[in-house]
Amino acid sequence: MHGLSTFEPKNGFVKWLEARLPILSFAHGSFVAFPTPKNLNYWWTFGGILSFMLIAQIVTGVVLTMHYTPESTLAFGSVEKIMRDVNWGWMLRYAHSNGASMFFFAVYIHMFRGIYYGSYKSPREVLWILGVIIFLLMMATGFMGYVLPWGQMSFWGATVITNLFSAIPLVGDDITVWLWGGFSVDNPTLNRFFALHYLLPFMIVAVVALHVWALHVCGQNNPDGVEVQDIHKDCVPFTPHATMKDSVGIAFFLILYCWFIFYIPNYLGDADNYIPANPMKTPAHIVPEWYFLPYYAILRSIPNKLAGVIAMFAAIAILAFLPWLDTSKVRSGKYRPIFRIFFWIFVASGIGLGYLGAMPPEGGYVLAARILGVVYFGFFVVVLPLLGLFEKTTPVPASIADAVLARTGSASSVAASAASAPQTKG
Amino acid sequence: MAFTRKIGFVAAAVFAAVAIASPVLRAEEPPGFAEAPSPERQNWSFSGFFGTFDKPQLQRGFKVYKEVCSNCHELRIPFRTLGQPGGPGFSEDQVKALAATYTIHDGPNLAGDMFDRPGRASDYFPPPFPNPEAAAAALGAVPPEMSLIAKSIKFERGFPNFVFDALPIPGLGIYQEVGPDLIYAILHGYTKEDDPNWNLYFPGHKIAMAKPLADGQVDYTDGAPTTLSQYSKDVAAFLAWAAEPTLEVRKRVGLRVMLFLFLLAGLVYFAKKRVWSDVAH
Repeated sequence: MHGLSTFEPKNGFVKWLEARLPILSFAHGSFVAFPTPKNLNYWWTFGGILSFMLIAQIVTGVVLTMHYTPESTLAFGSVEKIMRDVNWGWMLRYAHSNGASMFFFAVYIHMFRGIYYGSYKSPREVLWILGVIIFLLMMATGFMGYVLPWGQMSFWGATVITNLFSAIPLVGDDITVWLWGGFSVDNPTLNRFFALHYLLPFMIVAVVALHVWALHVCGQNNPDGVEVQDIHKDCVPFTPHATMKDSVGIAFFLILYCWFIFYIPNYLGDADNYIPANPMKTPAHIVPEWYFLPYYAILRSIPNKLAGVIAMFAAIAILAFLPWLDTSKVRSGKYRPIFRIFFWIFVASGIGLGYLGAMPPEGGYVLAARILGVVYFGFFVVVLPLLGLFEKTTPVPASIADAVLARTGSASSVAASAASAPQTKG
Repeated sequence: MAFTRKIGFVAAAVFAAVAIASPVLRAEEPPGFAEAPSPERQNWSFSGFFGTFDKPQLQRGFKVYKEVCSNCHELRIPFRTLGQPGGPGFSEDQVKALAATYTIHDGPNLAGDMFDRPGRASDYFPPPFPNPEAAAAALGAVPPEMSLIAKSIKFERGFPNFVFDALPIPGLGIYQEVGPDLIYAILHGYTKEDDPNWNLYFPGHKIAMAKPLADGQVDYTDGAPTTLSQYSKDVAAFLAWAAEPTLEVRKRVGLRVMLFLFLLAGLVYFAKKRVWSDVAH
C-alpha cells in the first residue's frame, strides 16, 4: 500500500544515504506514513504488545545467559545464584519466566482477534500462516526454556514431551534417542535445548519480519472487515495515531506484566520446579506450563498414544488451514450473528480444555476433555465450512468511512478528518 | 462496549460451568484416596503489597532452625546472607562469629593435604551428613534440603480459589505464601499421639520426619512465647526468607514501578486521545 505522506530528504547526509541504501524512506513508509484503518479497536494493539514482549524476552534472556550454566549438575544452582547473588538477577529471571506467560497470553488474544474478525481471509492467508509458524516456534522455545532451570518439572516435562516422538511407528524410538543424545533426558539434552532456546527466538524475529512485511503488502484488516478503498477517507497515518494507540495498549499491558513480576512471580509456575531434577523420583502430577494445557488435555483424552499425539499436533496445524475452512464471503464476525455464537463456544472450549489439562487424567475429566476436544475440532471442520453456506449475514458497510459514519453519526467529523488525514499531527 | 460485555458473559459462563462441573468430576477420585485438609491462611508480615520480614521473627526462626532442623536438614545458603539487607539483620561481627563456630573441611593446601578450618562469612552452612546416602542410612529417608522448601511445597488450591489468589485484593488475593502456610500446618499436624509419623496435612499422611518440635523446646531471649505455635510460625518465616531473600526489595521496587506505570498509562492515554481528537473512528 502507498503511504499517506512522502519522504523527502532535505539533509545532505540523508540524501547521500538514500541514494545508497533507502532504509530511512523504507522505515518512514512502514512506520510513519503507513496507512492504518481508522476504525481499529484496542484488540489491534496486541501486535505492538507482542513485538514489545519479543524484545523484552530477548533482552532479559541474553543477560540471563551471561549467568546461567547449561550443565545438568550446575544448572539448578546457577539459576538460584541468579535469584540470590546477581544484581537484579531476581528481576531478570522473574521478568523472563513471567514474560513467556505474558507472551503467550498476548498471542492467544491476537489469534482470537484474528479469528473473530476473519483476518486470515484473502488476501491475508500467507500473513496468517506465518503467524501460525511463529506460534509453533514460540511453543518450541517456551518448552525448551522451561527445561533449562533443571527442576523436577523441567526434567519430567521434557521426559513426557520428548517421549511423544516414540509414538511414531518404526523409527519412533530411534528418533527419541537422537533427540535426547542418549538413552534418557540428561546433560546432552539440556545442552542442545539451551542451544536451541537461544537460536529459536532469532528465528522468531525473522518470521516476525516476514509477518510484518506481509501485513504491509495487504494492509491491516479492521473490525468491519472491509478493504480500504480510499486511504484518505478510510485511514490515518501510522504515526502518530497507531503508535500512540499501541503505546496505550503496551502501557496497560505492562501494568499486568509487572503485577506478575513484582507481586505474584511464582503464581504461574509449578512449585515442583524449585526441587532439583531427580530422575529417580517422578512427581505426583506432571503438568506443563499453563499455555500448553489445552493441547495437553487433547493429548491425554485419547487412549492410543499415537492417535493422541496426532490429535495434539493437528489441533495446532489445523489453524494453518483456517483460510480455506472458513467459506463465508463476509470477513468480520461483526456481521455474522451465528458465527459469533460458535466463536464464543470455541473460546470457551479452549479455556475448558486448559482447565482440564491441569487436572489428573481420570474419570469425568477425561470424558469432559473428549467432549471439548470434539467441540474444538468441530468448530474448524464442521461449523466454519457449513456456516458460509447457510448463515444469513447482516449488511456489511460499503467502506470503512461509511462504517465510522454509521457509528458516530456525524458527517462533519468525517469530512474534517478526510481533509486533515494526509498530515501528521504531533 | 458490546464486545467486552460479551467477554464478561463468556467468562461468567465458563466460571459457573467449571464451578458446577469441578466437584462432580472430582467425585470420581479413586476410593481410599487420603485427602489432606487445606492448611489455613496465616498472617505473615511479608505478605501483601508492602510486605517486609519481621527481623526479630527471622532471628527466632533461625534459632529454631539451628537448634532443631539443622540436625537433619541441610540449608544451602552462605552465612553472609544472614547479614544482608532484607534479612534477619545480624551484624557483620555476629555473622563472622557465627561462621567461626562451624568447622569447614577445605583444601587441598599447597602440600596437597585437606584440612579443617573455622568457617568464614562466605562459606555455606555445612550439611549435617556428608552425602544423601549417609543421611538415608541414619534416618531412613533423605531429609530435603531447606533453602527452597518454602517455594517448593504446595497444596491444591482448587477452583475458584486459584483465580482469586492472583488478584490484587488484600487478604483474599496476592496469595504467594502457600509454602509457609503448609510448613506451619505440618508442624501442627502431628495429631495422633500413638503415631509420631502420622501427619494430618502431609500428602498421604505418612511422614518420615517424626514430630520435631514441642512447647518449650527452644529458649527465646526476646520474651516471645516458647510455644509450638510460635516456633512453627517463626521457622516458617525464616524458611520463607531463606527461599527468597530478595522479597523485600522486590516489593519495594514493585510499588514504585506500579505507581510509575499508572502515571505513564494515564499520560499516554490522554496523549492518544488528543492525537485522535480530530478523527472520527
